[in-house]
Amino acid sequence: MAHHSIVADELYIFRPETRTKLFYLLGVGIVLFVVGLIMAIYGGDGHHAEEHAAVKSEQLVANATANAVDQEEAHAAEGHAEEGGHHGPALWVKRLYTTLWMNNTFFVGLGIIGLFFIAIQYAAQAGWSAGILRVPMAMATWIPIAGILMLILYFVTGHTIFHWTHADLYDADSPAFDPIINGKGTYFYWLGSKGGFPTFFILRMVVFFGGWYWFFITIRRRMLAEDNEITNQYWYANRVTSTWFLIFFAVSSSIAAWDWVMSIDTHWFSTMFGWYVFASWWVTGLAMITLIVAYLKDAGYLKIVDSNHLHDLGKFVFAFSIFWTYIWFGQFLLIYYANIPEETVYFIERMRTSPYSWIFYLNLILNFVLPFLLLMTRDAKRQLSTLKLVTPIVIVGHWFDFFNMVTPAVMQEQGGVGFLEIGTLLIFLSVYLLVVLTSLAKYPLIQKNHPMLQESLHHHI
Amino acid sequence: MQVTSSVREPLITGGKTVKDVSHDISRQVEGAPTKSWWIAMAISLVVLAYGFYCLCYLLWEGVGVWGLNKTVGWAWDITNFVWWVGIGHAGTLISAILLLFRQRWRMSINRAAEAMTIFAVICAATFPFAHMGRLWLGFYWVFPLPNTWGSLWANFNSPLLWDVFAISTYFTVSLVFWYMGLIPDFATIRDRAIVQGAKARAVVYNALSFGWSGGARTWSRYESVALILAGLSTPLVLSVHTIVSMDFATSVIPGWHTTIFPPYFVAGAIFSGFAMVLTLLLITRSVFKLEDYITIYHIELMNIIIIVTGSIVGIAYITELFISWYSQVEYEGYAFYNRVQGPYAWAYWSMMTCNVISPQLFWIKKIRMSIVATFVLSIVVNIGMWFERFVIIVTSLHRDYIPSSWTMFHPTMYDIGEYLFTFGFFFTAFLLFAKFFPVINMAEVKSIVKATSERTEGAVGQPVEGGLPRH
Repeated sequence: MAHHSIVADELYIFRPETRTKLFYLLGVGIVLFVVGLIMAIYGGDGHHAEEHAAVKSEQLVANATANAVDQEEAHAAEGHAEEGGHHGPALWVKRLYTTLWMNNTFFVGLGIIGLFFIAIQYAAQAGWSAGILRVPMAMATWIPIAGILMLILYFVTGHTIFHWTHADLYDADSPAFDPIINGKGTYFYWLGSKGGFPTFFILRMVVFFGGWYWFFITIRRRMLAEDNEITNQYWYANRVTSTWFLIFFAVSSSIAAWDWVMSIDTHWFSTMFGWYVFASWWVTGLAMITLIVAYLKDAGYLKIVDSNHLHDLGKFVFAFSIFWTYIWFGQFLLIYYANIPEETVYFIERMRTSPYSWIFYLNLILNFVLPFLLLMTRDAKRQLSTLKLVTPIVIVGHWFDFFNMVTPAVMQEQGGVGFLEIGTLLIFLSVYLLVVLTSLAKYPLIQKNHPMLQESLHHHI
Repeated sequence: MQVTSSVREPLITGGKTVKDVSHDISRQVEGAPTKSWWIAMAISLVVLAYGFYCLCYLLWEGVGVWGLNKTVGWAWDITNFVWWVGIGHAGTLISAILLLFRQRWRMSINRAAEAMTIFAVICAATFPFAHMGRLWLGFYWVFPLPNTWGSLWANFNSPLLWDVFAISTYFTVSLVFWYMGLIPDFATIRDRAIVQGAKARAVVYNALSFGWSGGARTWSRYESVALILAGLSTPLVLSVHTIVSMDFATSVIPGWHTTIFPPYFVAGAIFSGFAMVLTLLLITRSVFKLEDYITIYHIELMNIIIIVTGSIVGIAYITELFISWYSQVEYEGYAFYNRVQGPYAWAYWSMMTCNVISPQLFWIKKIRMSIVATFVLSIVVNIGMWFERFVIIVTSLHRDYIPSSWTMFHPTMYDIGEYLFTFGFFFTAFLLFAKFFPVINMAEVKSIVKATSERTEGAVGQPVEGGLPRH
């Protein structure tokens, strides 16, 4: 019975060729970014804006129905303060800030999900995944970088991104006074005065990233210590810490979603939203883990990972693509069905407004239809080739998902996906991969003393 | 070859062999009913009879005998309906989702949990039927049949109609899944009856097992069907309570219209389902002496599921409360203010205590390993989950948009009687099941008895590179 395989130490070498490729990617990203920015500054956008405005008014004329009235009313409610008071920054600045904020929020997920995946494996006493844990561990090194970026970005872009940062919304004498936003101001400004420094908001950001990072280094320290000692004690200790992390994450991920994404549409609210953002982050993270594992397999690493493990990873991407769709549909259907203007405005802006409606439908195709059909069969989940096809689709799909969560709220009808947005994505992606692969190369690729490793080696499904 | 890590706890204790499994579990099917079984059956039948009287009276007199009024048009009936449907989630979750997650501990508990699921869904179904008052009308209201009233069709826009499809599908698949799992076990009882010379029993159980042969091909087909049914059941577990939640959430009633309802109802359903499984299994394991199959470790794992789902429900409560303030929508805010502070505050705080605070006690290992504490808390949780539905339904309705129609709801003896009817039915059915059917899936447990029982200790989980022993 005791048939035990010996696992040799395996070290991932971050080859200069790979690094060069990523630098090329970064270079392409920077070029697109600069070109996009120049185009945005010199005119491209103004033209666009007019065009969209024209389309918009056409639409309004064409369907002079109750819906159009709803739309107008909702827009009036949403935008009156801005029109009443101040003029925002130039369009290109808005566009630049929006894409920076949106990309960073999206990539936060690709970091934190690494830790979340590890914590789930420990807490649920999973055996099959013991051989791949170093991949999510490397992904989680992005957490502190994302945190620092987010803090800096808030101070640079916050006033443009977050409507609630405008002080006159809270001034009863100002024509821009907004009783609704004034009512919820405490959520951002507690401990300070409304419209001043958002103490509570920043405090949460610091506590969340600080907490996530602390949990990450604690769990990682034990994972690495286990490499030098044959003992179960680190596994037991990490099970406990992972449980605490999961509690912390359950609360912090929802609140983070309200803070960093939902509050951009300051008037709008949805109780599902925290779980919606989580579902999007989670499936993107799973796709990234699978993609990196597939890449490592291709490069000849991770010999202990076979089609059985790939099958499980494929099942995860498949199942949680459906889960995301379930959450998406739950939120959409209930708002659509009840048709309360305060809530429906969110989907009108995204589904019926020209620069975003194609993304609205694309989102469902990339994140539901394609992974659902492509990963449906058992064989598809067991092949590197299908996994390498589907996981990038899911990652890009959820980038569009985040794009449509953030952009319409800031840019109204003047947003779009151009060189600037694609360039920013490539910059984030290449830097993210450089960080993650560098970290992956630092430690042994296999957690050779993990008490579940033998289960993972003899995993047949 | 399957390897089991040394850090895993054994799932079957007492050094059982394959033969022991057949014996321990078939024993109570073969023997005469015990005295305690007769007593329990007698009590259940009395409750059922009283409930049946109340139900007949209701059908004779009409729904007016309930405590409903023109403001509170839904109260105990739908509370009980949702409560029972929720309880009916654990069985399929255990047999389908835990199967997909390869959780082998499900094998000792899935049979009883599935039986419970089926009975609970039947109990749930009685409420919408009774609420129709004239049962035969249900035929026109829920089935898309052409009828003599011209263009009057079933209302496909109504989530209540979606419920009919969701629950009937769920019921059918659960029933097939449960019965299919029983077939090899019926054959085991038949084979034992032949050996023991009990002819009548052999004939009955042979018929129940459809003449199961136990050949390799038969088993192979059996396993394929089990996997397909598990795949089908998984979305069903989610869809049923999702659609039940939409009965409320598609409306524009403050406190009902909230987007978190679908996943939060599903979590709550699993929460209450596991609590009911625990209540029933703790009794079953002690009466039938099944402590080696349903171990303290099984109980601990079920308690962990209760913590997880209870905490998800808790987060959902707090999210709703927070967003009702954050939205700054006056009606939404008042609905929740009224829940927390209004005349039904006692119900709200009972719900909070039972559902959110009490399961947190399971963080303490001593409590989640204690049979008495688990038994008490499993009942507390189900009381809490009843209050949850009552709070959602009645507090949102009793103070509606027109203050002049604000009122309270008072249940009559017929509200209570109908609820008792379902209890009588549920326990009668469960007792019959426990006596005549094998309460543990023998075939599945036999498949793990080697790998996870205490006897094979030491043969598993050796260190990867020899040398240091694990400590």
